[in-house]
Amino acid sequence: MADLEEPELLHLGLEALHEALGGKMVPFAGYLMPVQYPDGVLKEHLHTRSAAGLFDVSHMGQVILRPRGSMEELKLAFEALMPVDVLGLAEGQQRYGLFTNDAGGILDDLMFTNRGDHLYVVVNAACKAADIAHMTAGMPGVSVEPVMDRALLALQGPAAEAALEAVVPGVAAMRFMDHRVFGDIWVSRSGYTGEDGFEVSVPEAQAEGFARKLLAQPGVAPIGLGARDSLRLEAGLCLYGHDIDTTTSPVEANLVWAIQKARKAGGAREGGFPGAARILKELAEGPERLRVGLRPEGRAPMREGVELFAEDGTPVGRVTSGGFGPSVNAPIAMGYVARAHANTGTTLMGEVRGKRLPVTVAELPFQPTTYKR
Amino acid sequence: MKYTKEHEWLRVEGDLVVVGITEHAATQLGDVVFVELPEVETQVAGGDEVCVIESVKAASDILAPIDGEIVAVNEKLVDSPSLVNEDPMGAAWFFKLKVDDLSVLDQFMDEDEYQDLIG
Repeated sequence: MADLEEPELLHLGLEALHEALGGKMVPFAGYLMPVQYPDGVLKEHLHTRSAAGLFDVSHMGQVILRPRGSMEELKLAFEALMPVDVLGLAEGQQRYGLFTNDAGGILDDLMFTNRGDHLYVVVNAACKAADIAHMTAGMPGVSVEPVMDRALLALQGPAAEAALEAVVPGVAAMRFMDHRVFGDIWVSRSGYTGEDGFEVSVPEAQAEGFARKLLAQPGVAPIGLGARDSLRLEAGLCLYGHDIDTTTSPVEANLVWAIQKARKAGGAREGGFPGAARILKELAEGPERLRVGLRPEGRAPMREGVELFAEDGTPVGRVTSGGFGPSVNAPIAMGYVARAHANTGTTLMGEVRGKRLPVTVAELPFQPTTYKR
Repeated sequence: MKYTKEHEWLRVEGDLVVVGITEHAATQLGDVVFVELPEVETQVAGGDEVCVIESVKAASDILAPIDGEIVAVNEKLVDSPSLVNEDPMGAAWFFKLKVDDLSVLDQFMDEDEYQDLIG
């Protein structure tokens, strides 16, 4: 066994800072990342909701898409990969997107920003190599340029605005999904916790100093990937590879809000994306199954993989993300359920350690979002 | 106090053995959010899975360290699972076992041996 070769872990620019802060470093998507700091997941989660949490998300892929022809050609080329309105996104705005495959499944979810003469894209760490290949092959008229020399930080929570304003004056005027460039610093008012907050791309050489300045602001604490996961679960947000993957369509995943009118039936640019046949059919007729929120009635968490049954014992679905929600102070989960059983309030049974325990289909998010719209 | 290599502590109380998990185990588990206890008057064999602990990270089992009968369980843990992190070596005991012969505890580690194990 000792001879088993472990894949080489990649190291990111802020590793020394995480270690100085007492971060417990674990492998994640091929990178060595802090899963928690000495406070632990529960306190870090609650701190983010009550003050501000600083997350290192530098493992995520930052990519610039530059047109070789016109910007309109670039936007239309990007639209050919996603059921999303790219053409209608104004300069200085960010939007959520999804790469789909020919079967209508999801290759990755992402954020993209119109920066006037190019698009700036942020994709998941585990998918980034495949995404770059997919974009390069799918958009021959576009220069796909991975950004290799920048860290990505997220500052989330009610104290985030004041903290970032102190370091980058001007950010307080931004609204949810605005994007602005402040010299070398790229700021989006967004995140993945359900809280108001920002995602900030910083040149790697400046990243540690920048992070330390933020940590010196009132209420800012470093937060690990453990709390990032419980925060996004409470916010009802999907984790790629768990809640969405190549087998789940955006309609099944309850991400219909991410498909703008222009790309739907009767829209100005209807269809024309991979998997359009399935996705447009599901939009018209409803999907066979749906991603829903789930609230176990007892205290026992229902984690990924828990099988779900109707009260009469018929199998109806499976949990894709689950655990304990520190802010809702109860176990929470998400999963896919056959449509007939997906209505809010429906009681199902989840099998935990051989016992079938009651669980109720619930509205998402579990925790109200506080985006500054 | 005796210790098992599964990071449980065993304390003799009269003719009973009180079982909990060590501070080291509680720290490794992280914040405990759910505890499932066995029924009292259950006969258990050493190595049986008798309790379930779920932390924010994962689920794990507590094993019966030795054969015996469960005569008491700590119901407080069901309502306040965080007690396992706050006072693992004291208030957060899990169950009490009635055993035929307390000398079976001799096989387990003492404090120094356990510290060497986790050191």
